Amino acid sequence: MEFQAKELFAKHGVATTLGVVVETAEAAKAAAEQIGGVTVVKAQVKAGGRGKAGGVKLAKTPDEAFEHATNILALEIKGLPVNRVLITPATPPEEEYYFSFLLDRANRQYLCIASVEGGVEIEEVAKTNPDAVKQIPIDPGTGVDEAKAREIATEAKFPEAVFEQAVAMIESLYRVFVEEDATLVEVNPLARLAGDKLEALDGKVSLDENASEVRHPDHEAFEIKDETDPLEAKAKEKGLNYVKLDGAVGIIGNGAGLVMSTLDVVAYAGEVHGGVKPANFLDIGGGANAQVMADGLDVILGDEQVRSVFVNVFGGITACDEVANGIKGALEILGDAATKPLVVRLDGNNVDKGRAILDELNHPLVTQVPTMDGAADKAAELANNA
Amino acid sequence: MSIYLNKDSKIIVQGITGGMGAKHTTLMLQSGSNIVGGVNARKAGTTVELDGKELPVYGTVEEAMRETGADVSVAFVPPAFTKDACIEAIDAGIGLLVVITEGVPVQDTAEVWSYLQGRSTRMIGPNCPGIITPGESLAGITPHTIAGTGPIGLVSKSGTLTYQMMYELKDFGFSTAIGIGGDPIVGTTHIDALAAFEADPDTKAIVMIGEIGGDAEERAAAYIKDNVTKPVVGYVAGFTAPEGKTMGHAGAIVSGSSGTAAAKQEALEAVGVKVGKTPSETAALMREILQGL
Repeated sequence: MEFQAKELFAKHGVATTLGVVVETAEAAKAAAEQIGGVTVVKAQVKAGGRGKAGGVKLAKTPDEAFEHATNILALEIKGLPVNRVLITPATPPEEEYYFSFLLDRANRQYLCIASVEGGVEIEEVAKTNPDAVKQIPIDPGTGVDEAKAREIATEAKFPEAVFEQAVAMIESLYRVFVEEDATLVEVNPLARLAGDKLEALDGKVSLDENASEVRHPDHEAFEIKDETDPLEAKAKEKGLNYVKLDGAVGIIGNGAGLVMSTLDVVAYAGEVHGGVKPANFLDIGGGANAQVMADGLDVILGDEQVRSVFVNVFGGITACDEVANGIKGALEILGDAATKPLVVRLDGNNVDKGRAILDELNHPLVTQVPTMDGAADKAAELANNA
Repeated sequence: MSIYLNKDSKIIVQGITGGMGAKHTTLMLQSGSNIVGGVNARKAGTTVELDGKELPVYGTVEEAMRETGADVSVAFVPPAFTKDACIEAIDAGIGLLVVITEGVPVQDTAEVWSYLQGRSTRMIGPNCPGIITPGESLAGITPHTIAGTGPIGLVSKSGTLTYQMMYELKDFGFSTAIGIGGDPIVGTTHIDALAAFEADPDTKAIVMIGEIGGDAEERAAAYIKDNVTKPVVGYVAGFTAPEGKTMGHAGAIVSGSSGTAAAKQEALEAVGVKVGKTPSETAALMREILQGL
């Protein structure tokens, strides 16, 4: 979110105004009073196009800030509820620029994108006047030092009056990019204010989750609890790789690729079973023991939309008998909490032993189907008939 | 024949003394791989016994290569130390570096990739199952028991989909199966593998498995159009993935309208690659092709 991006900007010396983040209209009014003068009330959601959605308003008085905050806090922007607004002093820009550093996957390097012709309307500028949008590759090995920052500022044609400020800001923004392990650092608009003062008026930072895990424990604070899906939060607590979707067939599998594929195959099967769809992505990886399986089932059964569950495991390194014992143990752990039919497809390493364990268990909720496509069909059918 | 890895490959393991390293070194030995030693700076001069074989542990990759003639390294190193391990192996001039580790910060990989330019190492991964030339050698974690040698070359972003596909086509077998990894930046791409399979006389047909995120599959499609004469069958996972959510693999994310499975399928089909709707259907397409050859 914008206010979090600005916190990171400020931490690394990027000129910006933090403002005050509030969750109620009363607090918005108080913040506007404290800041004084004309203020801007801005919706804080992880989505672009906030202005167009009515999520950014100018307030001449604290009472107006109250009114705007009331309206904005009742908005949904691109399906996301607005739970907080940022109050900042209104600083009308004389000119608006665009600047970003990002990970360029295709070319396996970093990329700087800069334009002095248009900030927020950058996508429009890119279409109508592509030459005005400069793309400058950055070698991750050498990065951005002062000389490189000068080169970028020159190529982007920053005006003389703000050139030195731009060089300093480019260096600072690159520090945000590398020191915080970001995949995107964007300033839009980068504004030239009265008195030729350069400032990051709005921004966005995307962080690399792998890096946050390895070396940025402080990044956890950026996760806003009330904005996280409760099932995703529960799964995360248990160390599960889970994404909530909007469907009726719960999915458990091993390996990210196989689980993605399982979702697709269930969706195809759903086409002939009342349009049922997958309810989630859940990769339990290699360690499919009873506790992991029980944790996974527990999260999925906590999803009220789920009407059947498809456990799809290919035993590569994982042995199918371990997985079968995991399912058996999970059903014991869950007891009466297990209420939805389970379709299990096991194949690969030790498949005969695995299937025999579940045959012997003869649990009323468990159906075994030997192929992935067949099992997906069965799971979709059960969800549709439930 | 095969690509990148064969019976003459001499393999060392970086992180051989760790849990993952020891477990998978044992499995590699069982598959018949010629593992000649390991590297751990803190345990230099000692040995480890795995699968009944006494393996020397060296302090550096350079020393291990000098003493054993190794030309392949497989890295099972925690993500925080992967960058340094890779740079050490590249500095030593290893021919093939297979990085299994999942969770490596992407900027570390970007730096390693930059460092590798103009040097002699081929990197596979990170976040990958590695590479197997059935019946000859395994450098990674792919189970060697799934399928034997045969005419199919396989390249995939995903480990389990590699295993699934090998299993479905085990009656035909594989020249080499390579998992390139699910991270946003990887050392060996679909295109690299396609070029190598095209040049390999023992590979008669190619299975290419992709997934959402980035545009590697679209680039591969363009490459196939101009450079690949062997039949290629494709599969893409993630049609049902929502925008903006990472699906397990760090690189598996649809951003805005880019990186979608539909776009990848379309690009592949536009150049004549048959794309299966499910892994089984993909295997059936390959089966048809092989029976017609």
